[in-house]
Amino acid sequence: MIPARGAVVQRHLVRPLKSIELFKQVITRNYHAIRDAAEGGRARIAWCTSLGPAELLRALGFKVYFPENHGAILGSFRASEEFIPVATAHGFSPEICSYLTSDIGAFLRKETPLRTLYGFKSVPKPDVLVYNTNQCREVAEWFSYFGREFKAPVLGINTPHHVPEVTVAHISSVVDQINALIPHLEKIAGTRLDMNELKRTVKLSHDACVEWKGALGTAAHTPSPFNFFDGLIHMGPVVIMRGMQDAVDYYKALRKELDERVKDGIGAVEDENYRLYWDGMPMWGRIRAHSNLFAKFKACVVASTYCNTWALDLLDHNDPIRSMAEAYTSLFINRTEGIKEKYLLDMAKDFSVDGIIFHDSKTCPYNSNTRFGMPMRLEKWFHMPNLVVQGDVCNMRLVSDTQFDTGIEAFIERLMLKHVEGGAL
Amino acid sequence: MSKYYVGIDVGSWNTKVVVVDDTLEILGKSVVRSGADLLGAAKKAYEEALKAAKLKKAKVESVVATGFGRAKVPFADTTRTEITCHGLGANQYYPASISVVDIGGQDTKLIRVDDTGRNLHFVLNRKCAAGTGAFLEEMARRLDVKLDDLNDLASRATKHFRLGSFCTVFTGTEVLKMVQDNEKVEDIARGLYASVVLRVSEMGHLEGHVVLTGGVIAHNPILKDIFEEELKIICLVPPEAEFIGALGATRVALGLDDESAKKKKKEKSKKG
Repeated sequence: MIPARGAVVQRHLVRPLKSIELFKQVITRNYHAIRDAAEGGRARIAWCTSLGPAELLRALGFKVYFPENHGAILGSFRASEEFIPVATAHGFSPEICSYLTSDIGAFLRKETPLRTLYGFKSVPKPDVLVYNTNQCREVAEWFSYFGREFKAPVLGINTPHHVPEVTVAHISSVVDQINALIPHLEKIAGTRLDMNELKRTVKLSHDACVEWKGALGTAAHTPSPFNFFDGLIHMGPVVIMRGMQDAVDYYKALRKELDERVKDGIGAVEDENYRLYWDGMPMWGRIRAHSNLFAKFKACVVASTYCNTWALDLLDHNDPIRSMAEAYTSLFINRTEGIKEKYLLDMAKDFSVDGIIFHDSKTCPYNSNTRFGMPMRLEKWFHMPNLVVQGDVCNMRLVSDTQFDTGIEAFIERLMLKHVEGGAL
Repeated sequence: MSKYYVGIDVGSWNTKVVVVDDTLEILGKSVVRSGADLLGAAKKAYEEALKAAKLKKAKVESVVATGFGRAKVPFADTTRTEITCHGLGANQYYPASISVVDIGGQDTKLIRVDDTGRNLHFVLNRKCAAGTGAFLEEMARRLDVKLDDLNDLASRATKHFRLGSFCTVFTGTEVLKMVQDNEKVEDIARGLYASVVLRVSEMGHLEGHVVLTGGVIAHNPILKDIFEEELKIICLVPPEAEFIGALGATRVALGLDDESAKKKKKEKSKKG
């Protein structure tokens, strides 16, 4: 039975991971290195999209800063609601990416949480901005804005979109674009690209991604030692520190802790009874609330498309540029509906999930797989129970908490009957 | 000796309570404004329903709360969402595969249930008042008519207008434009109901018989006709449309919310 909502809710329904302390250390060390480089002129700064060519930038000696991570921090701190209207007043539609509007709004206000978190004076001034449109084209406009503001060059990779099977032609196109970046970046970096250094960086990136994938994979066990909301925090290094030894070491430590949980039968959520999958962006301003809500119903969100995006195991140091191109192009987000459907069904099977939560993020159409009938198809053709929730990645004004909570609770009630009749899918 | 069960539906506008016996016959019911004191409303409606049923609290076997304020009823033995309860309640009158459309004060739900009342799929409205009771309330204010009069006005309409349904504020602007154009208030009122229907129709495919539940249909019976005219379907409205959520909650109280699942389990074990 679902406990009466008025009943005293047990605390610590979600077990915290000890690795969080190491996480804080490595993330802080990384941000301090960027801060020191930016404010002390010790190294050049490159801004990069979260699935841009970070390995190449690091190999050329840049310190790499990720505005999307800044957007996520603004969302987590619930500062987006304050900054989005500022960007809107400067001509940026409230309908576009709320990472973008949060970030530009904060810049216009001359504010950043990096000041209190890591001692920055402001966001680090870029020497170059490098985007990849593999997740969305809005990043190009975002980076172009800052390129104008900082009078810094903006370079980009325009990855093929809506890709069915990834072909040699797709990869070649991206390889050519990466190669075309190199002379420009060398000039800005003031150094030639050392291929051995690129191989080393790609190897570190690959190793961190593989360890991350392994950590996510532990959630296939029942009970799951790891949940989506843990993942949203612990994915930090694989997003902003790919190509760094610290990221590899961190994920080895995380993996060790998760393996121990598996061995001891310890779940992330106490008394796990339902296993769910989350598709789409998180709602950054509601991470804790959502984690607690699912845990209250003994539901563990065991896997997600989002966290798995950075499991770039296709990276190969023996063929660094081609493998970067392939890894960046093979992402779920820029694939066709058919490929995405198969991926979701495979994940649901691998992680033994009872149902899928689809987040229709108002300002992130690229990462909302609800707009071309997919949830209905999965339900009708494959009997995959699912629920579409409305919300947003950063703009919590677009979230109705009551509707979200009721929707999740009703979905659990539906799954409860599935359990009564015996078995999940 | 009979046992008695209570369902409390704490809605955004009204709190509804029904008292039933173990055959699910309604012995007493009550509706009070929810207001800002949800617990107070639940207690008051509970007491009134018991009084109507000529029962004392001690005789009540189980209380189940539902509705948007279900968490505010600490004396309930358990809770269920209004989605589950409207499915169960509608099934009580129409035990077939049906689509339940519950139009409430602040939200609208489309629930597909099987012949035992089991929720097979559901959709909630977007974060928007359009298509809900709050929309009609706001539009009545724009027209300077009482909400209770909107139904009768619409019943005298001679023109079939369609108003925008994406935003309450912009629909209000459309209403003002129609007023400026000297359109009859009766025709505008019908257009508002048609707007609600359009909004519901885009939430999802209405499969099987369509059953309309909730306070809005109870107080605006013309909606049934407009649903049928606009969507070319046949709709059913249960006798106690406003109390369907509370009635569904009593089925949970009786342990009758998982009949279909238990049946399937039995079938599975026979096969096994």
